[in-house]
Amino acid sequence: MLPDAIKDEPLAVALAQFDSAAITGGHKQFGDVTIEVAPASIVPVLTYLHDKEQFNRLSTIFAVDRYPAEPRFEVIYQLQSMDRNLRLRLKARLQGDNPEIDSVTNIYKGANWYERETFDLFGIHFRNHPNLTRLLMPEGYIGYPLRRDFPIHGHKYSYKDE
Amino acid sequence: MSQTALQENEATELRSRRMVLNMGPQHPSTHGVLRVLLELEGETIQNAIPDIGFLHTGIEKQCEALTWQQVVTLTDRVDYLSNLNNNLAYCLAVEKLLQLEIPARAQFMRVMLCELSRISSHLVWLGTHALDIGAMSMFMYCFREREEVLKIMEFFSGQRLMTSYIRIGGLSVDAPRGWEKIVKKFLDTFPSRVEQYEDLLNNNPIWTGRTKGVGPLDVNRMINIGINGPLIRACGLPHDLRKMEPYSSYEKFDFKVCTHTDGDVWGRYQVRMGEFRESLKIIKQAMDGMPGGAVTATAPKVVLPDREKMKTQMEALIYHFKIVTEGFAVPEGEAYVGIESPRGELGYYVASDGSAKPLRVHMRTPSFGNIQGLPDLIEGRMIADSIAIMGSLDFVLGDCDR
Repeated sequence: MLPDAIKDEPLAVALAQFDSAAITGGHKQFGDVTIEVAPASIVPVLTYLHDKEQFNRLSTIFAVDRYPAEPRFEVIYQLQSMDRNLRLRLKARLQGDNPEIDSVTNIYKGANWYERETFDLFGIHFRNHPNLTRLLMPEGYIGYPLRRDFPIHGHKYSYKDE
Repeated sequence: MSQTALQENEATELRSRRMVLNMGPQHPSTHGVLRVLLELEGETIQNAIPDIGFLHTGIEKQCEALTWQQVVTLTDRVDYLSNLNNNLAYCLAVEKLLQLEIPARAQFMRVMLCELSRISSHLVWLGTHALDIGAMSMFMYCFREREEVLKIMEFFSGQRLMTSYIRIGGLSVDAPRGWEKIVKKFLDTFPSRVEQYEDLLNNNPIWTGRTKGVGPLDVNRMINIGINGPLIRACGLPHDLRKMEPYSSYEKFDFKVCTHTDGDVWGRYQVRMGEFRESLKIIKQAMDGMPGGAVTATAPKVVLPDREKMKTQMEALIYHFKIVTEGFAVPEGEAYVGIESPRGELGYYVASDGSAKPLRVHMRTPSFGNIQGLPDLIEGRMIADSIAIMGSLDFVLGDCDR
C-alpha cells in the first residue's frame, strides 16, 4: 500500500505495480522522493529500476544510524537517471543486531566500494559481496566508527596487535 | 643459440612471469597518498587494486560533534583544491532543510567564486598531469596563474585555501571594496594564458603521443562503475549538473557544456581546456550582472547579525549569543544536493533530528567514485599509460578518503 505522500508519484506507482509488497513507506520532502523498501527485496527493486526505469547511475550508498531507535540503521541508495534527469532515494531499514542486506554489485558495479565503506564504518554486512573487507579504516581495526554509540575520540586501544 | 633466439627466449620468459608491483603510497604520479597494487606481465597491467584510506580523518564522524555552521570549516578540508564547491554543496543541502531564501547577490557571488575555484583546480590538474607525462614547464606556468586565483580568494575571504567563505544563509561577509578590479585583471590576462598552454601542448609530439588513444572506455560501462564528471563528458555525453539540475542561479548564465568524442586522455584534456573558457564566460557574466543588496538571508535565528546592530539592538545581541553558544536548530528531515565540482558530482546528504548538530552528513565525493573505476581503465594497458590515465582522472585523495 502506497503512503499518501507519494501516491501521486509516477515512479512510486510504477514500483507498486511491479511489487507492492516491497514498498514499506515513503515521503516527499523538498521535492526529493524517498521510497522505503523492504530489505529482502532490494535486489529485485533495483534491477527493475535499472532495467525498466532507466536509472542507469547509482550516485552513492550510505547508512544513517538512528541509535537508540529501532530499527536502527537506514541504508540509503541515491539513484539517478541520466536520460530522464530524475533522482530517487531508496531506503531500507535494518535492525541493530546483525544487520544484513543483499549486495547490489551485480546491478551497479560501482556499488562495490560504497558497500565496503558502509560495512567498514557501520558494520552492515552485504551478502554476496565479492570482497567485503575494510576500505578506509586499517585492517584489524575493531569497531565501527560511524555508529552513534562509538565515541568520537575513538577507543583508546582499538588495534588488535598493539 | 643465436642472438635472436636468445632474445625471444627471454621475452617469452618475461611474458610468462607475473610480477606484483607496488605503486605508492608515496609516488609522484599518485597525487597524494594512494597505493595501487599492479600485477604485471611484462609491462602490461593484468590486474590493478587501488588501496585507499591513508588520508581518512573521519570528517563525517567529526561533523556529528559540531554545530551546523561549524561543519562548513570541515567541508573545506575534503576537496582542498576546490573548497568553495564543497562549502556550496553543504550549504545548499542545509539551506534546503531550513527552506532559506538566498539573496541574488550571494548567489551570483557563489557562482563567480566557484568558477574561479574550478579554474584553480583545473590548473593544478593541468600542471601536475603534464608534469607526470614529462612536460616540466607546464607546472610552473599553471602555478603562476593559480597564484593569481589564490590572491583573489585571499582578497575576498582573508584565506588562500581554506576560505569557508560560503556559509549557511549566504556568505561570511560582503566582497571588499575594489573586488571588480582584481577579478577583471584576472579575466583580462587569463585567456591569453590558456592559449599559451595550448601552444605548448597541442602540437607537442610527446604530449599527443602519450594522450591520444590512451585509456578510452565504453561510456555506459563508465557510468556503471561510478565514473562521473569530465571523464564522461569526454565521451560525448553532455552530463553537467549545472545544466541538468541548476543550483544557485546557474540557470541565469549562458554557457555550454564542453564535450569531446574521443573519450581518451586527450579528450579529457580538451574538455577541461574548454571548461577554462566557459568558466571565464560565467565569471564575466556574474561580474557584469552582479545584483546589489545583502549577501545573507533574512533569517535572524540562522545568520549572525550585523556588527553594528549587535551594539545597538537588544534582539541582535541575543541572537548573536544564541547562535554562537548553542548554534541553531534545523528542522527534522533529510536532503541531498548534488553539484558539479571540477571532478564530477559532489553530493552532500544531511539528516537532522531537529537539534543544533547534524545527525548525519554524508559526502558523495567524485574522487571516490572515479578511483573506483581506475582498474577498469588501466587493466590491459602498459604501465606508462597508467600514469597518463591516473593523471586524467584528476583525483584528490583528501576528497576520496575524507
